[in-house]
Amino acid sequence: MRNPNEIVAEALSAIRGSQDLPALEQVRTRFLGKQGALTELLKSLGGLSPEERKSAGARVNEAKQAVEAALKMRRDVLQEAELERRLKEETIDVTLPGRGRGRGGLHPVTRTLERIQALFHSMGFEVAYGPEIETDFYNFTALNIPEDHPARAMHDTFYLQGGALLRTHTSPVQVHYMQENKPPFRIIAPGRVYRCDSDVTHTPMFHQVEGLWVDEQVSFADLKGVLADFMRRFFEQDDLKVRFRPSFFPFTEPSAEMDIGCVICGGEGCRVCSHTGWLEVLGCGMVHPNVFKHVNIDPELYLGFAFGLGVERLAMLRYGVDDLRLFFENDLRFLAQFK
Amino acid sequence: MQFPESWLRTLVNPQLSTDELAHRLTMAGLEVEAVEPAAPPFAGVVVAEVLAVEPHPDADRLRVCKVNVGEAEPLQIVCGAPNVAVGQKVPCARVGAKLPQMEIKQARVRGVESSGMLCGASEIGLEDKVDGLLVLPADAPVGMDIRSCLLLDDRLITLKLTPNRADCLSLVGLAREVAAVTGTKAYLPSQAPVMKDIFDTLDVTVQAKEACPRYLGRIIKGINARAETPAWMAMRLERSGIRCISAPVDITNYVLLEQGQPMHAFDLARLKGGIQVRWATNGEKLALLNEQTVELANDMLVVADGSGPVALAGIMGGIGTAVDEKTTDVLLEAAYFSPNAIAGRARRLGLSTDSSHRFERGVDFANTQMAMERATKLMLEICGGQPGELIEETGRLPKREAIRLRPQRVARVLGMDMPADTMKNYLQRLGLAVKEAGDAWQVTPPSYRFDLAIEEDLIEELARLHGYDQIEAHPPRAPATMLPQAETCFGHAKFRDCLIGREYQEVVTYSFVDPDWEAALSSGETPLLLQNPIASQMAAMRTTLWGGLLNALTHNLNRQQTRVRLFELGRAYLQQADGLYQPMRLAGLCYGPAFDEQWGVAARPVDFYDVKGDLEQLPGASLEFVRASHPALHPGQTAQLLLNGRAIGWLGTLHHKLAQKFDLPAAPILYELDLDALGTMALPRHRSVGRFPSMRRDLAFLVGHDVAASVLLATMREAAEPIVQELEIFDLYQGQGVPVGQKSLAFRIVMQDTERTLTEPEVEAAVAKIADAVISRHGAKLRA
Repeated sequence: MRNPNEIVAEALSAIRGSQDLPALEQVRTRFLGKQGALTELLKSLGGLSPEERKSAGARVNEAKQAVEAALKMRRDVLQEAELERRLKEETIDVTLPGRGRGRGGLHPVTRTLERIQALFHSMGFEVAYGPEIETDFYNFTALNIPEDHPARAMHDTFYLQGGALLRTHTSPVQVHYMQENKPPFRIIAPGRVYRCDSDVTHTPMFHQVEGLWVDEQVSFADLKGVLADFMRRFFEQDDLKVRFRPSFFPFTEPSAEMDIGCVICGGEGCRVCSHTGWLEVLGCGMVHPNVFKHVNIDPELYLGFAFGLGVERLAMLRYGVDDLRLFFENDLRFLAQFK
Repeated sequence: MQFPESWLRTLVNPQLSTDELAHRLTMAGLEVEAVEPAAPPFAGVVVAEVLAVEPHPDADRLRVCKVNVGEAEPLQIVCGAPNVAVGQKVPCARVGAKLPQMEIKQARVRGVESSGMLCGASEIGLEDKVDGLLVLPADAPVGMDIRSCLLLDDRLITLKLTPNRADCLSLVGLAREVAAVTGTKAYLPSQAPVMKDIFDTLDVTVQAKEACPRYLGRIIKGINARAETPAWMAMRLERSGIRCISAPVDITNYVLLEQGQPMHAFDLARLKGGIQVRWATNGEKLALLNEQTVELANDMLVVADGSGPVALAGIMGGIGTAVDEKTTDVLLEAAYFSPNAIAGRARRLGLSTDSSHRFERGVDFANTQMAMERATKLMLEICGGQPGELIEETGRLPKREAIRLRPQRVARVLGMDMPADTMKNYLQRLGLAVKEAGDAWQVTPPSYRFDLAIEEDLIEELARLHGYDQIEAHPPRAPATMLPQAETCFGHAKFRDCLIGREYQEVVTYSFVDPDWEAALSSGETPLLLQNPIASQMAAMRTTLWGGLLNALTHNLNRQQTRVRLFELGRAYLQQADGLYQPMRLAGLCYGPAFDEQWGVAARPVDFYDVKGDLEQLPGASLEFVRASHPALHPGQTAQLLLNGRAIGWLGTLHHKLAQKFDLPAAPILYELDLDALGTMALPRHRSVGRFPSMRRDLAFLVGHDVAASVLLATMREAAEPIVQELEIFDLYQGQGVPVGQKSLAFRIVMQDTERTLTEPEVEAAVAKIADAVISRHGAKLRA
């Protein structure tokens, strides 16, 4: 019988020498497999006497356990190394950019409109829409602008063949809404408006938001409060200076222009505010009784205020855009700045 | 309206600086648009009298002058001006003077000492009217600083007046307003009636009595039309932006500015017979002062003589009867024309005059004679002549009715209480007559206020005088109720968010487009055309948003962009047999690579299915895509979009012919859909998910190339047992192994029962039923 210790020594050396799991498996087969050296040795015990078999058996089993333990240890080491290698192999450059599509963006006018709507919504104003191709009645007459009124000359109106016109302001939405709803109500009406005018500071199409609040107790003082609050929230300046000065709109009386302290120079005077420190931002006033009469609302019972603001103007001031025409060129390099 | 501050200050002079005055005007509703100095800053220039002019010994063009600047010794000054002459008063810049362009030093000019410079107008920052020195009036005091002499420290104030304040279109009106706003007294020029020297008169007949309630005329004979307009008058006119023409014309313009009453002077010798004020007849012609000949309509008011119209009443005089330098006898006209007889006519004829501007808005009908007397007096002073008697035709003048004013209503509208005394004071300062009568006062506006007719107008006046800024703002008050929020309806923002998430940039394009493009892109709509487009390529109202998107695409391709993904949300304008439709549309465009160039995705151009995938993700939409044709789209790559069977839009590749027409290197993919049809979704309703395992089977069929996948799916769904939970296409294959003209489509069938585990035979039976239906109905072959 071969000396088991010799086999163990041989096996340990082979185990140490194996560099990967398949090699280690070969070693296992060589010593512990069906025809492995230690298995053979175990089989040969049958020819020994019972006494000899007992002691020899014990030695062979010891040898087997020693080899198995060594195998297990080596396997653990090799498995660890294998995992290590795999992890290393799978390492990537996490700084490479992510894959797939990017994001688009809103047009700055929409972005501004959504901001205006959100602020007024938080004060209970609902959104109303109206047609852009209007009749003379809704755009002018119902708003107390009779034919040949000098105020009509201020609205460079686009006319369609057939006599309809492109609304020159969002105020006609007031009329539509008041015809279809019973007061009290609070609405804003955003949308496109058109004036036959095109130069550095005018585009033939632009956006306005009309606002209307009608109730039994709505005063000029409320109008001032609501609009001052809006401007301060819009520009996120609690100390924004505002002022109201008398003006004229046929559909409001009293009428006012609202100015805010220049948000570009802080009131110091700059090109944007023509060195006055003030910016004209909207027109407003108490709804004219004649407008109420056109929509069968009793002006003795109800009062209201209305306002109209230019969306591009607010967008320009908010985002520092210095040329109105950029809004309608749709240059991606411009638009992408408002993502 | 522009005027010099110095003129206003002669009528009303509140103790306020120019800036303070401008602020008060602005805050009273008379917006000051600009305040400009009458002359740029300079110093050291005085009035000098030319005592002697000698030739320069060494230069033909130079003269050596002795001038008196009010000191003991005259100054010797070398002067090159051609018009210098003994006895003139001229501006003299003394040594040390700082002029806008230069500084004056003691100098030798070609060997002759010169102690200063005699100035032309441009040298002291004024406009040159003659070549050479600015010759001052003979009575200019020698030695006086030229800035005081010519009132050069004056400011030019420009007002942006609202159309309701016609009463402020004159210096007198402004002075009244300033007096009311600042509580200062105004001193207005008054003129007693001029006594007649001659008995000449003219027949005046007013036929259009409603349109012309008052017509005043006066003959003045023997005037000198070549008389010089006095310097003070010329200065005031020029600083009000009106060019001096001749003394008679300047006088009428001056009265217009001062009194707000448009005046006209006819050359009496050129009038044939008497004057009539009447409506024109259609087709009548009149050559106007500006040498334009206009054809008149029967709603235009004219002043006519025996031969026909001689003036467009209240707008402009005729050239045939105009005053010129040979005129000796004039007929002065001052009339009151009703605003509605004048309004709009000038604009229709492409005219806008100082006169029409005022008559359209309302001229003080109680001031006509005052203006006539003022003009007569000035004419006699400046041009001489003998006045005739006042010719007057007065019909029914407007009446100012008393307006009811309720102090309680004032408080309710303004949201503040105003003491009765304060209110009364404000109204009286504005020239309104107040009769207090308990809860309802009677307030009568003056003749010059055309804008005060109802209670609200008076409330505005009260607020204005009180100061809008003195009305305390309320914090907004609103009932604490919530606004309705429908969960299953959503607005435009949700569509925008969806598309932005899929890398679309929103654009806003004009609603009017090129009619040519529109014709090429529309699906047979006839666009509405503008009567007065801003440009011919912006003359048609869009019937599709594609024109604007393609325009934006071109703009960006011309600026080196290679990948463009745009959408717009806006209206189209459709003219249909039963009316006008302005539906809200959502349209998009994709061009260039499907993805931005990047390391991890193979580059490929965007295709129909990329964009279809975008549309399938729109919120709430369960769109059906059916093959269709559209004149602007590729015939093989066009789908019509259906929602519940209703056509609501299009998706397709731009037709190659149009891509070529628009100079595009490749055809973009376009879509457009009616947004009004979308915007709702079902409220989620829970149903239990099965606990039992699901079974998946795949089927692949060979079918003809032109068999639509949707048709196969429809057949399969029809044949599907209730256990079939999912039926989708997961592969399309053409190429090796598939005969030409055919394609292989592979479907995934997922089956599940909520109550039990499915058995093999029932799964097989369900799959077989589906397969048989496809085979028998579409001639498909099952692939192994």
